[in-house]
This record gives sequence, structure tokens and C-alpha cells, in this order.
Amino acid sequence: MRAPAILFLLCSIAGAAAVDTCVTCHAALEEGAKGPATLIKGDVHTAHGLSCADCHGGDRTTDDQDASMNRAKGFLGKPARTAIPKFCARCHSNPDIMRQYAPRERVDQFELYQTSVHGKRLASGDGNVATCIDCHSVHDIRAVKDGMSPVHPLHVAETCSRCHSDKEKMAPYGIPTNQFEEYRSSVHWEALAKRGDLSAPSCASCHGNHGAKPPQVESVSAVCGTCHVLFAQLYDRSVHKAVFSGVGGGGGCIVCHSNHGIHQPSTAMLAGPKAVCAGCHDAETSPAKTAVEMGAWLDGLDGALKNSETVLARAEEYGMEVSEAQLRLIDGRENLVKARLAMHSMVSGEMRKPVEAGMAVAAETLKAGQAALREKDIRRWGLAVSVILIAIAILAIRGLIRRIESGPTAMTASGEKTL
Amino acid sequence: MQRNERSQPAAGTDSETNQNRRTLISWLLGGGVAASLASFFYPVARFLDPPQVTEAAVNEVAAGKVQDLKPNSGKIVRFGNKPALLVRVNDTEWKAFSAVCTHLNCTVQYQEARKEIWCACHNGTYDLDGRVASGPPPKALEELAVKVRGDEVVISRRV
Amino acid sequence: MSAKELKTKTFDWFDERLGLREGRDLLDHKVVPVHGGTTWYYFGGITLFLLAVQLGTGILLLLYYRPSVAEAFDSVRFIMTRVEFGWLIRSIHSWSANLLIFAAFVHMFSVVFTHAYRRPRELTWLTGIVLLGLMLGFGFSGYLLPWNQISYFATKVGTDVAASMPFAGPALARFLRGGEDVGAATLTRFFAFHVAVLPMLTFAFVGVHLLLVQKAGMSTPSGISPARLAQMKFFPNFFLRELMVWYGVLAILGTLAAIFPWELGQKADPFSSAPAGIRPEWYFLAQFYTLKLIPSHVWFMEGELLGLLGFGLLAAVWVTLPFWAKGREGETRTKWATGAGVFLVCYLFAFTILGYLK
Repeated sequence: MRAPAILFLLCSIAGAAAVDTCVTCHAALEEGAKGPATLIKGDVHTAHGLSCADCHGGDRTTDDQDASMNRAKGFLGKPARTAIPKFCARCHSNPDIMRQYAPRERVDQFELYQTSVHGKRLASGDGNVATCIDCHSVHDIRAVKDGMSPVHPLHVAETCSRCHSDKEKMAPYGIPTNQFEEYRSSVHWEALAKRGDLSAPSCASCHGNHGAKPPQVESVSAVCGTCHVLFAQLYDRSVHKAVFSGVGGGGGCIVCHSNHGIHQPSTAMLAGPKAVCAGCHDAETSPAKTAVEMGAWLDGLDGALKNSETVLARAEEYGMEVSEAQLRLIDGRENLVKARLAMHSMVSGEMRKPVEAGMAVAAETLKAGQAALREKDIRRWGLAVSVILIAIAILAIRGLIRRIESGPTAMTASGEKTL
Repeated sequence: MQRNERSQPAAGTDSETNQNRRTLISWLLGGGVAASLASFFYPVARFLDPPQVTEAAVNEVAAGKVQDLKPNSGKIVRFGNKPALLVRVNDTEWKAFSAVCTHLNCTVQYQEARKEIWCACHNGTYDLDGRVASGPPPKALEELAVKVRGDEVVISRRV
Repeated sequence: MSAKELKTKTFDWFDERLGLREGRDLLDHKVVPVHGGTTWYYFGGITLFLLAVQLGTGILLLLYYRPSVAEAFDSVRFIMTRVEFGWLIRSIHSWSANLLIFAAFVHMFSVVFTHAYRRPRELTWLTGIVLLGLMLGFGFSGYLLPWNQISYFATKVGTDVAASMPFAGPALARFLRGGEDVGAATLTRFFAFHVAVLPMLTFAFVGVHLLLVQKAGMSTPSGISPARLAQMKFFPNFFLRELMVWYGVLAILGTLAAIFPWELGQKADPFSSAPAGIRPEWYFLAQFYTLKLIPSHVWFMEGELLGLLGFGLLAAVWVTLPFWAKGREGETRTKWATGAGVFLVCYLFAFTILGYLK
């Protein structure tokens, strides 16, 4: 005799290949009950040769309802909402089973789920929280990489928002419902949806997926730092770390950059009426002055580079060769990026090096651009000279014609043809 | 024709001024035509003179000598109007990539200790096939082809 | 032996072998009628001059241009940026091409409106039409050579139009493209057309055209009796005037090239989607716009086919102009030619403008 698991597998393959009475009968039902039978066509489990009975139990080989859906023979039917995670976990937490279908798939989803806010509430009997099927859908469950999957990177945020943007649903929990709206105005959404960068974060990237939970104050910089590594390192060394990431500190990075609605940072955050620094530092204090100084440096470098860029672009429009300088300008922009990074150390001295290097590049490229524009002027002068020479030649030819035609022989009056 | 009456030459001192005018016209004509021709042929002559950089296409760039780059090291070379990263993996194996980070266009560099390509701006790393290994870069680096001709290393666009 | 004697002897030596005297006599006796429309006589010369400019600058560009998909764009950019005065030569070549076609059109219409195509100048007219076709061929083939985005897609559209012609269309398009689609083979072909085939044909036809002009002499407009007309000698009187005009044209060319250098655009990327607003050179714009206006299906045939048939009919009428627009008695039917000319000018003008605005 073979092991029961293999027998089970063999049966399921044979069953799928032969007539599957679950599908044939349910497909003949009226709309409501027919659903699952049509939906499973796009399901990833179907693609792996699994079918209804592999989850719901029962006998797919007989069309006798009493036999096929006999609870005594192991038919499970529709699980209660609170039982769903466990229902899926029968296979998804079993490495031996998962290995046969998706060997690289993780098997800790159920474990993580139990640590999540969703999982804990479900355990305490709250049937309104998200279970597996609320995110992954049911019966047409697709692989995460499938573009039609509700948990595909492009759809995750919308999937979460189905509950989290619903004021009524969130009212009992007393949590805000504006996250999705804010997220959609953020740089992350822009990178993800508009630039198609699938590595850009959506909800689950920071909150976790199966173990979904808001990051704690002390772990925010670690969460952001998974991508923004160098910023996190500088922040960890900075004076802000102790204050922002401490108890009641407001949560690291999000103190200045906010959480869901993270917008393109600008120097307006450092100085001016919208400065985030001003929330804690009064205008005349030394940290506020440092912030203003940093902002001025960044603006100065940005402006100088843009100026060089404009001059070079203008020179290029005139057909001048400035590609060397444009290549140098890449260095300049890189220094601007580095200066913006160095700013997060909150020590103005750290910014000095990239700012100075960038300013040197800006000056050098500006000079190259201006030289190219002067060369363009020289061309115009060359043109002017040559036009003047042409004008002289034209005038001289005119003089010559007059001279020739002033002689009586050159012209023939009408009738006296010289032919 | 009607015009010839108007410019009929007069007698006496007029013929002398006429003579002067003729010399002026001849001078102007000769000078003007010669100078204008010179102004056309000067650019042509300069055009014919081969420029310093004789390579027109940026599909292929000489990246230096073999001995200039130690095994397990990399350097930035100019490739057209963009920087490229040339890596000498070991004695015989060479790799080249566009050195423009796919995240925010910083210039990447080779990290000898870890044998990977690293972007200093946001700590993005790529493996030696240009694929993103970690960090924010959304896409792999464009790989370029490297050929060694004698002791010269040549980078070209992959076809 | 004095200098004068030397001159005479040298002349005699060459005259004996080349028949210089005949040429000189011919030149001596060539006259140009003087009347209100004498100005129009200059346009043939302007066209010829611009053709010479094209030949000169074209040969210069050939020194650096590389006709391959991988190198074409970069080599033109190299000419524009690295070669001394390359920007000037290339811009002059591009500007001159446009002025040349404009001048050729002016020349053609001046011939129509002064009815200079009449007997015995039918062949002059026909060779002129062939030359116009050759110039348009130069324009079409040369447009692709820099291998930039706009020219690539314009050529795609242009050869597609050829493909929709009845019967021979697909074969013609295949011949032009050197394959099923615009690509590397097309560039090589267009280059061959542009620098070898078309110049050769142009040389031959310009030669015949000039010979015919020389043979028949300058035409006087209909309605003016040649006997009562003043004349001026071609050489030096008319020639010097023409020389002034050429100088003027050269000044205009230089100014256009220096102040508005011809754009290079973006390198062609066959895999990208067609950029918005692709349109051919202005001299194909009227036809292009007409084809766009015709609905896709008219009655039983395709709209594009109908358009092409229309153009074919129009071209046939236009080419045969000298044969139907002559009066058996008097010159009454020249009015028809004038009418056709006015119609064509208005059509080309209006549709070119409309094509630009759309």
C-alpha cells in the first residue's frame, strides 16, 4: 500500500481529469450557487490540478448528492468565517504538501496571521476582520504575480482600502479611514502606479501582509530603512533618533515626512512658513538657523545646477557640442542627491563636502555652456561678415552691369536682333 | 532699351570720374568676389580637416588598456553621453554596464569586497549580471558588451 | 610673344580641338527677352544653383556619413557637433533642399502661367516634370538618412501609401523598403537612391533640359509679340544679374543655416510607438492631408486608393498640359492651363497650410 497522501493526490488528479461532479452539478445551478463552479476556472489551485473536493471534502465521483456531500464521509461545506484561516492552513502551513506544488512558497502565513491585528481579533471572536479570502478572494484565488490578483502589488492598496476606507466598518475600531486617499497622493503610489515600479511600497510593504500590524514608534526608521538604508543610518546617528523614536516621540521618519501621504521632499520643509522644523525649533534658535542654512545650500546647489543645465540646453539648441559638460553635470546632480542625503545627519558640516563638489561642477559646466554660447555668437559674426562680403560682391556686379549697359553696343533695341 | 539714354556717358571731366568709378568697380568686384568665395571655402576646408575624435558612433568605446585594471576592480568610463562601469571580474572575465542607477540616476560603482555593484546615493546594489540585489532600484542595469582586442578593452552596446 | 598673342594661341589651340568658338558664338547670340515677367526667368537658374549647392554639400556630408542603422544617427550627430563647420554644411544641405523644391515649384508655375510649355517646348516641360519628380525623390530618400524618430515614421507612412496603390503597390513598397518593413535594408537602399541613382538620372535630365532650353531659346509669354520685345544678351547682361540673385540666395541660405540650424531629433526606435504629430516634409503635406481627409471607404473602394487614383489622374492631366492646352487657332485654350495652374496652386497652398495646422 502506498502512503495515503499520495493516494489522495492520485485520486485528485484522476478526479480532475475525469468528470468532476461538483463542477458539473454546481454549474447547472442558478446564479448564486453556480458562482464557485465558474470562478474556479481562473483559480491557481485549479491550475495545479486541485478541485472543489480538495478543500471542501466530499466525493466528486458520484452525482448522487447524498453521497457526494455526505458530512459523515468528510464533506466540510462552507467554513465559518472564523474558521477560514485554519481551513487554508491545513495545506498552506504544511511544508510537505506545499512542497509538491510550490516548493519555494512560505508556510508561515497562518502563524504570522495569528500575530496580526486581524488574527488576534478573529481569535477573540470578531468575525468582521479580514481573513484569507478577504484579500486573496475566494474560488478565483490567483498567484500574487498574476496581474488580476487583488494582492498583486498594483492592487494591494485598493484591496486594503475596501475595508479600511469604509467609515462604517472602521467606526467600531476607532481608526482613521483616510490612509488610502493619502497614500494615493504619495510618492510611493506615484512610483508604483504611474512609473510601474513594482518594487515601490504599498500597504503591505510597511505593515506586513499576513502579520499586518502598524509599525511601532521605535521601529518606523527600521521599516523605512529597508529601502532608504543610508537615510536610516544617518538618522540613527542623529540627535533626532533619541527624541523621535523614543516613547511618545511621534515615530521617526514620519515626524517630518508623514506616513501614508509621503510627498516629494523639498527645501520648504527646512525653511520658510511650511518648515517642519519650526514645529519644534523656534525661529531664532540655533537648530532652526542650521535648518535654514541647509535649505539655502540645497536651493543654491539646485539652482546653480539648473542654471548650468539651461545654459547647456540653450547651447545645444544652437547645435553646439556640450556633451562633455552635460556628462559632468551628472556628477553635479549626484552631489545634490548626496547633499540631500547628508542633510539627514542634521549636521551642516556633513553637507559641506557634496555641496561644494556640486557647486564646483555647476560653475565648471556653466563656464563650458557660456563658452559654447560665445562660440555661437562668433558663428553669427562669421555669418555677418560673409553676408557683407556677399553684399559687396552683389553691388560690384550691379556696377559692372551698369558699366556694360551704359555702352551703346551692349543693348539691342527692339527689332535689331543680333541672332 | 529705355535705360541706355539715361546712362549715356557725358563729355569732359565726367569721363575722368567715370574712369575712377570703373577702377572702383573692378576693385570691388575682384575683392568682393574673392573675399566672398574665401568665406565659402574656408568652412569647407575646415570641414575636410578630420576632427580630433574620429569615432562617430558611440556604439563602441575604447575603455583603456587591459593592464590598467586589476582583476576584481572596476572603473567608470565615458560611453557616449553617459557613464559606463567596466568591471574586470577576474583575469579573463570582463563585464560592463550602464553606470546610471535605475533609481535616481546616480553613478554606480564596483565594490571589490562584496563583488557587487553599489550605488552610493541610496544603497542600491546590483549583482554582476546587473540584476537588482537589494535596495530601491526598480530595474536592472543595462548590460554592455566587452571585447578585448590585443591589450585594449572595448565596450559596445549589445545587439 | 606678347601676352595677347599667347592668349590667342592658347584659345586657338583649344578651339581647334574643342570648338570653343562655336560655344562662344552661341553664348554671344543667346538673348533673353525683356518684359514684365523677366523675373521668372531667374527661377530656373536658382533651381540649378541650389542643385549645385546640394551636390557640393552632399559630397562633403558623404565624407562623414555612415549609412547603417547603428551608425547613421550618430554619424550625423558627429557631423553636427564634432566636425568643424559640420553644423553649417548639414544645415545648408537641409535648407537648400527645401529652397530647391520651392524654387522648382515656382519655376514650374511660372512656366504654366506664361504658357512657356507651348510648341516646340513640350519636351522641355516633360523633362522638367521628370526633374521635379527626381527632386521629390531626393527629398523623400534624404529625409530618412539621419535615421531619427520623425523621419523613420514618416518613411513608414510614406511607403505605406505606396503599398496601397492598386496592382503594383505592394511590390513597389517592398522594392522601396528592401523588405516587408522599414528597417536597415531601407536605409541602405535610400542611401543608394540618394547618392547614386537619383544624381545620375538628374545629371542626364538636367543636361537634356538645358539643351532643350538652349535649342528653343527663351520663351516669351503668350499674348506678347516677340518681334516688338526688347532683348538683353544672355552673357554678360543676364548672367551677371543671375549671379547677383545666386549671391542673394546664398546669403539667405547661410543666414537660415546659421540662425536656424536643422534639427537632429531623437534616434529612431523601431519598437517605440509612433510619436504624435508625424508628418512628412512640407512638399508632401498637401497630398498627405488629402489622404487623411478622405474617408476610409468611399462607395466600393478604399479611400486611400481613391485618393491615389485622384492624384494619378491629376498628375496625368498636369504632365500632358502642353498637349491639351494649346489652341488649334489662336491661343484661346491657354486659359484652361491658367485655370488648371490657379487651381493647383490654390489646392497645394491651402492643403499645405491645413496640413500644418492639423
